Amino acid sequence: MFRALHYWLYRYRRTWRGTIVISVANPLLFLLAIGAGLGALVRGSVDGVSYLEFFAPGLLAAAAFQNAFVDGGFAVTSASRRERIYPTAAATPLEPGEIFGGHLLFITLRLALSAAAFVLVMALFGLVSGPGVAVAVVGAATLTGLALAAPLAAWAVTVRDIPQLNTVFRFGMMPLYLFSGTFFSVAQLPGPIRAVVQVMPLWHGVDLCRTLALGTAALGPSLLHLGYLAGLVVAGVLAGRVTFRRCLHT
Amino acid sequence: MVVLNAVIEAAGLEKTYPARDRGGTPFRAVAGIGLRVERGEAFGFLGPNGAGKSSTMRMLGGVSAPTAGTLRILGLDPAAHGRRVRARLGVVPQDDSLDVHLTVRENLLVYGRYFGLSRKAVRERAGELLEFARLTEKADERVEHLSGGMRRRLTIARALINDPEILLLDEPTTGLDPQARHVLWDRLFRLKQDGVTLILTTHYMDEAEQLCDRLVIMDKGLIADEGSPRELIERHITREVLELRFPPGEHEQVAVKLGRDGLPEPERLEVLPDRLLWYAEDGETALARATAAGVQPITALVRRATLEDVFLRLTGRSLTD
Repeated sequence: MFRALHYWLYRYRRTWRGTIVISVANPLLFLLAIGAGLGALVRGSVDGVSYLEFFAPGLLAAAAFQNAFVDGGFAVTSASRRERIYPTAAATPLEPGEIFGGHLLFITLRLALSAAAFVLVMALFGLVSGPGVAVAVVGAATLTGLALAAPLAAWAVTVRDIPQLNTVFRFGMMPLYLFSGTFFSVAQLPGPIRAVVQVMPLWHGVDLCRTLALGTAALGPSLLHLGYLAGLVVAGVLAGRVTFRRCLHT
Repeated sequence: MVVLNAVIEAAGLEKTYPARDRGGTPFRAVAGIGLRVERGEAFGFLGPNGAGKSSTMRMLGGVSAPTAGTLRILGLDPAAHGRRVRARLGVVPQDDSLDVHLTVRENLLVYGRYFGLSRKAVRERAGELLEFARLTEKADERVEHLSGGMRRRLTIARALINDPEILLLDEPTTGLDPQARHVLWDRLFRLKQDGVTLILTTHYMDEAEQLCDRLVIMDKGLIADEGSPRELIERHITREVLELRFPPGEHEQVAVKLGRDGLPEPERLEVLPDRLLWYAEDGETALARATAAGVQPITALVRRATLEDVFLRLTGRSLTD
């Protein structure tokens, strides 16, 4: 598995500087524009805190989810088809499960780095109360991303062309991004829609990140969020072990 | 003295792919073939696209489990010992699948690590292989700047990183210009002299004749015949071929006029859409006979019989159809 990870790290050596810049610039611009700019229009407080305080951890979870789609979706399909990175590795002693595991490790690393950069920017805005909170939030955001990346990768390896992924992105990811409590509290949604949103993984990630960042996390809901997200990771890993084998050792 | 030592043994080998769509029919790419490849041999699969060559190669590469039959690679069952088998093989896929964002040398380094070779060992080996592939000067250039021939040589160098006992090459020179092909053949000859077993697929009969000690002709998932290029030609075809061209539509008529059904064995007439092939031991004599019969071709050409003719004889189709 580490042999497969080595490949991705080697490739990353060429691009890591650029990705770090993006990982910092993105939240910086978003928090300035939407949090501080648009947020100034929001009178009073949301759930008892300023809009920026409310919005930032939600966006962190949503950003992790989007990164997960790029790394666990587009990159996986490309590695399986266009770039043929997986089939090339599958001709060597590596087993499909190791090829999957190595890539997933790399995705985890990327998610954690992006989340760390984001939390660093949050700290600049005075939105992080201490190093313990920072670590917990980075961990929560990474788990949120992985909860999508693992099952998505298990499917993406079977996808023949990129347009299929684009469709899922447009009709699956965008609604989740908009309605999972990133920009406003899900309490504002009508009951049935709220119920649907609260079954979706991103809401669990948003709520986990937000309550941890605001110091309002309660044990029960947090364990539920953690269990749900971790369950998705496990399901994705188990499914991926099967789909990678089917696709690479046909 | 020749020591026989099979590196590949297969019997009744089949590969059926499940239907791609619900309600579709499964596709039988390989329909039961038997093979034996000796150590140090250059062994070829000759056949048109869709004959089952690539599916067979994937099974020999230990990445595709046979649907039926038995297969031993280096004495091991790849279904049970895939990892150990693949550790001793080199694979040159049809598409180079190099990492275009990495340099030439880096492509070798990352691939070597897949085999668990140490950094130091891979570095040394990469240096030797760059020399072998005549790419030393390009070592630190990105792959996207290489020509097709260079990329193919790099892919071969990459496949040799683990010092494999068997090198599997799928259509090694497809898409290359004649000069690049000759450079590549030269490198493959050298490998063969070093004792590496070469197994390749091709639909070029000249490539099969150049490179292969022994080959099988595949068609529709089956082996039509097996032997050295010389043996196959002698078994199925006369020594020479007279090619005659006439205005379109007249070939059938001329064939009758030349007494197609009354030719002495092993002579034969074959009517193709654009020409007539007269298989004869002596092409010039055949041409004299044609002229004596009052036949006036637009062009007449006498040439040696090739594997292309064998393929046509065995399958009723030409390789490039």
